[in-house]
Amino acid sequence: MTTDDVVPADLAVRTRGLTKRFRSGQVAVDAVDLEVPRGAVYGFLGPNGSGKTTTLRMVLGLVAPTSGTATLLGEPMPAAGTRVLSRVGALVEGPGFHPYLSGRANLDRLDAVDATADPRTRDRRAGAALDRVGLTAAARKPFRQYSLGMKQRLGLAAALLRPRELLVLDEPTNGLDPQGTREVRHLLRELADAGTTVLVSSHLLGEVEQVCTHVGVMSRGRLLVQGPPQQLAADAETTVVVSTTRACVDDAARLLADLGLLDVRAEGTVLSARLGMVAPEKISAAMVGAALDLVGLEVRRPSLESLFVELTGEGFDVAR
Amino acid sequence: MSPVEVGTATERTTPPARVRGAFGRLLASELRLVLGRRRNVVLLVGLALVPMLLGTVLLVTRDTAVGAGGPPFLDRVTGNGLFLVLAALVACLPLLLPLVVGVVAGDAVAGEAQAGTLRYLLLVPVPRTRLLAVKALGVLVFAACAVAAVALSGLVTGAAYFGVGEVTLLSGDTVSTAEGLARTAGIVAYVGLSLTGLVAVGLFFSTLTEVPVAATAATVVVAIVSGVLDALPQLSAVHGALLTHHWLDVGELLRTQVDVGVLGEGLAVQAAWAAVFGALAWSRFTAADVSC
Repeated sequence: MTTDDVVPADLAVRTRGLTKRFRSGQVAVDAVDLEVPRGAVYGFLGPNGSGKTTTLRMVLGLVAPTSGTATLLGEPMPAAGTRVLSRVGALVEGPGFHPYLSGRANLDRLDAVDATADPRTRDRRAGAALDRVGLTAAARKPFRQYSLGMKQRLGLAAALLRPRELLVLDEPTNGLDPQGTREVRHLLRELADAGTTVLVSSHLLGEVEQVCTHVGVMSRGRLLVQGPPQQLAADAETTVVVSTTRACVDDAARLLADLGLLDVRAEGTVLSARLGMVAPEKISAAMVGAALDLVGLEVRRPSLESLFVELTGEGFDVAR
Repeated sequence: MSPVEVGTATERTTPPARVRGAFGRLLASELRLVLGRRRNVVLLVGLALVPMLLGTVLLVTRDTAVGAGGPPFLDRVTGNGLFLVLAALVACLPLLLPLVVGVVAGDAVAGEAQAGTLRYLLLVPVPRTRLLAVKALGVLVFAACAVAAVALSGLVTGAAYFGVGEVTLLSGDTVSTAEGLARTAGIVAYVGLSLTGLVAVGLFFSTLTEVPVAATAATVVVAIVSGVLDALPQLSAVHGALLTHHWLDVGELLRTQVDVGVLGEGLAVQAAWAAVFGALAWSRFTAADVSC
């Protein structure tokens, strides 16, 4: 056994060289090394079709990897599935429930088949889970009458039926309105504060960016980067945008270059440049000192959004 | 926010312990799912209507010239209501029972896959072998209910219309009502056990697809093709191994001396089909990627 095979105890999910090649020959997941620290809220990002769901399915033991390994809560998958999965709540590729059973009956079914769930506490736990996602009033309605958002909420309730160490949520905000999306974010933050590790995938960065302590970006089956968002953003460079008047544009451009800014570009009366090591306040002082008109000054730190776009190539033409 | 400890992480070094009676809860949940589903109840009610219909037709036509003839045992029904059980079972065996069992067997795994509930069962987690075993038990119980629905309805209808009395056997010997009832119970049990092979076939098809109707159709096709092959004299060498070949051996129970060997052979063929297709279903289900 090499040291690489030892799973650090502080990782809730770890994969090594995880690869899935479908029978069609398509490589859906290509040598992914996922690392989700315990206690983290890990935003698993990437466009639709980038391999996120297949990666999660392999981590959860639903799909067998072509090569590579996955460990869940320190134990190898899928071998340890029956031991560790009861400590994991999951929502994978949309909710799945019996349409003719009520929301509550569906939760009861899931709890009844759980060998480690105590039937004596089922009422309390199912009631609390439904309450938590705001479905108490609709608990007795048949699942097929639920709206898309209610179905998604029931999926979350199922993941919360028992105390969990790890939640794996695949696109949990699909079908939710902005209010519902906010509620899910709020829920994630609460769960994380209570110590639950959360692995949440999304193709919409904005939905999860605010709650994530870690992000990983997938594109075309590969994990491009992962780590704390500040660290990822710091790798990209800050730019500054200076607005001036037509008469001063040329002089201002020269001034910015003299100050040590790089890639100074003019577009009409707006100048942009890479800030480098220059302090932004020096720019305003220098402009005023040289009697140049300063209409506006903006420092643009690269958002995770722009990084995401840069990494994944934006657009929707990602389906292969 | 409710103060309950839902979803909060608790530091654990050991997995939560099994709570006693886990398999019983799993099985009870499965049976509730299968027997509580309205479609399945409708299927059972439909089967129960067959003997009623049959009995009513015989009652109306018994004094007419068209009263004679028809399927085996039908002409004896008007003399003894017990024969309605046998006549109805024989009438349902070629198509109706395979169809009804095929619907539920085909739905067992494919239905869960189609609804998306299969992946959540596996994530609970329910070990795949245990899940398949419980699915098989659920379908077997439903098949038993299907046979029982025909038999009970036949018994009640037959008794009401024609009365129940001493039973005249195939040889002409007469046995008491009590023995006639016992032999009828044996017939019902044999028919029920004759469906076990088909249940395994249906379960296997159900593991191959996410479309329950496809699994159902394939199952029914197997039963029909088996019946067709059984009718080809050129294939008499393999007839004994066909799924449906021994189904009508139930008549053996109406002989004075019941040849247990004949019945045993029929049950052995069912056991063989159940073993082969059960093993196929298991090897497929425990290895398949669940990507739906």
